[in-house]
Amino acid sequence: MARKKNEKSKSAKQPSLLNHIKREWRLYTFLIIPITYFIIFKYTPMAGNVIAFRKYRGGPNLFGTEWVGFSYFKMFFKDATFWRAFQNNITLSITYLLFRFPLTLLFALLLNELRGKRVKKFVQTVSYLPHFISMVILAGMIKEMVSLNGPINSLIASLGFEKIGFISQPQWFPILYIVSGIWQGLGWGTILYLAAMTGINTELYEAAKIDGANRFRLAWHVTIPGILPTIMTLLILDIGGLMGSNFEKILLLYNPLTYETADVISTYVYRMGITGGNFSYATAVGLFEGVIGLILVTTANQISKKTAKASLW
Amino acid sequence: MKESRAYRTFRIINSLIMAFVVICTLYPFLYLIAQSFSSEAAVYAGKVTIFPIEFTTKTYEIILSKPDFFRYYGNTILYSIVGTVISVAGTAILAYPLSKEKLRLNKFFTPFVLFTMYFGGGLIPNYILVAKTLHMRDTIWAVVIPGAISAYYVILMKTFFASLPGELEEAATVDGLTAYGIFAKITLPLSKPILATMVLFNMVGIWNNWFGPSLYLQSKEKWPVALYLRQIIDSAISTTEMGASSDIATQIAATVKSSAMVLTALPIICIYPFVQKYFVQGMMIGSVKG
Repeated sequence: MARKKNEKSKSAKQPSLLNHIKREWRLYTFLIIPITYFIIFKYTPMAGNVIAFRKYRGGPNLFGTEWVGFSYFKMFFKDATFWRAFQNNITLSITYLLFRFPLTLLFALLLNELRGKRVKKFVQTVSYLPHFISMVILAGMIKEMVSLNGPINSLIASLGFEKIGFISQPQWFPILYIVSGIWQGLGWGTILYLAAMTGINTELYEAAKIDGANRFRLAWHVTIPGILPTIMTLLILDIGGLMGSNFEKILLLYNPLTYETADVISTYVYRMGITGGNFSYATAVGLFEGVIGLILVTTANQISKKTAKASLW
Repeated sequence: MKESRAYRTFRIINSLIMAFVVICTLYPFLYLIAQSFSSEAAVYAGKVTIFPIEFTTKTYEIILSKPDFFRYYGNTILYSIVGTVISVAGTAILAYPLSKEKLRLNKFFTPFVLFTMYFGGGLIPNYILVAKTLHMRDTIWAVVIPGAISAYYVILMKTFFASLPGELEEAATVDGLTAYGIFAKITLPLSKPILATMVLFNMVGIWNNWFGPSLYLQSKEKWPVALYLRQIIDSAISTTEMGASSDIATQIAATVKSSAMVLTALPIICIYPFVQKYFVQGMMIGSVKG
């Protein structure tokens, strides 16, 4: 009965918004607490970015005291440390993406080829494990693994080379960052691909087999096109996240000796703002980072919409 | 068949690759465990690989004899439980109405929530809000509230809710249940996979959270174990800070660090394989629509 009424009103005339709310008010009450939460904890800080253009003098006033225009932006644009962080940010994120993205996809495809159910499940369980480790432990593990008495240096020494101070030499930081990132995220990254693969119609495989396709052609012509929307979605998200590099990991792993290659925008914001107390200045830098991220994700989404017909919104 | 030989070769290579991945993934864990049960001398000489050398449980005894450690551990458990309840409840009551296509205001609320995935307030405004405007510094609320609901989890849950058969709800409406009754008596009981997923993700997130507490918690007695661990790893524990029992300070070595890491990671590592089935299912359903 209720359904009929709904259909009727849809085809003829929508009920007024007020009537709609009156009828569905109970469902709308679910939203009260979470939306309030979003307003306070997500949108108020966004508005708080206004202190990038105003002077913040401490205290509870999130919005600062007087307008100063773009002076904080001018300040960091002239700051060599900022540009170093900016450059590191781009280098680290892009190299990481270039390694991680194809490796994850490849690993998902290989996992999908495993026949034994138990073997597959075992490999998956093991590969997800590092995802559940905290950054504090990850950083501790990295330090243990590459310490002067650790296994990697023992191996290097047994091969007759000089031991390497990985943690204190800037040229090693990007490698530690990328390798540890892949170690931690490779298995987890495959989960959505595998989910998408199970969604592919098996008839497509049968048809391709009848047409004489071998395993590799099946992967190339059926599996990959089948998971293309997932690939594109994850790629867009990754591109959107390019600026926000793995802040916690870097903070735990870097030290003044490796700032040269390890300092990224977010760690710079942390040092300037939280440690240094230059709140307005640090906010200006952070806002710059956030806006670039937003532009990146929007652009990637538009491109993907046009070329692959997959989009986030 | 012509492909069979090439395919067999591929399968052998594939198995080798998988074995390589498994070994590389497990090695750091095994090394850490072996190290934590080895004597300091053996660790220092670089003799430990995946088996303990000169087996000892000394470092565990040192850590477990510290009442501090249990306090930090207790804090972590408290934060995880309270935080998980808040997060999962918040995510569920937000995702439920958003999953209803008939709600016209969702045209506004859904983008309102999703936008926070792509743009955030940034570190400093968040810090000022939590610490200075709301005065939540040094309270449990600073640890569990600011990150309570994530837009990404809302999407996962919303997609799951939307996948549930609508007929059940219609039948319940006919039987006189209100939206509250449907949610509590029909939707939630059918949503165990996604609820288990949300509990695991949020619990792991809070259990592992280091940065939030390090920003907001000043009194050491409120620290979660992650902060304590960080301090041990940095070997930043000075003799004075450790007070009377300075013996531990002198013994802070690689072995103590690894035992502390093992103890901290243990609960999560033990729980997650059992919940794996649910979160894989939950993520799969959540990802079908994207």
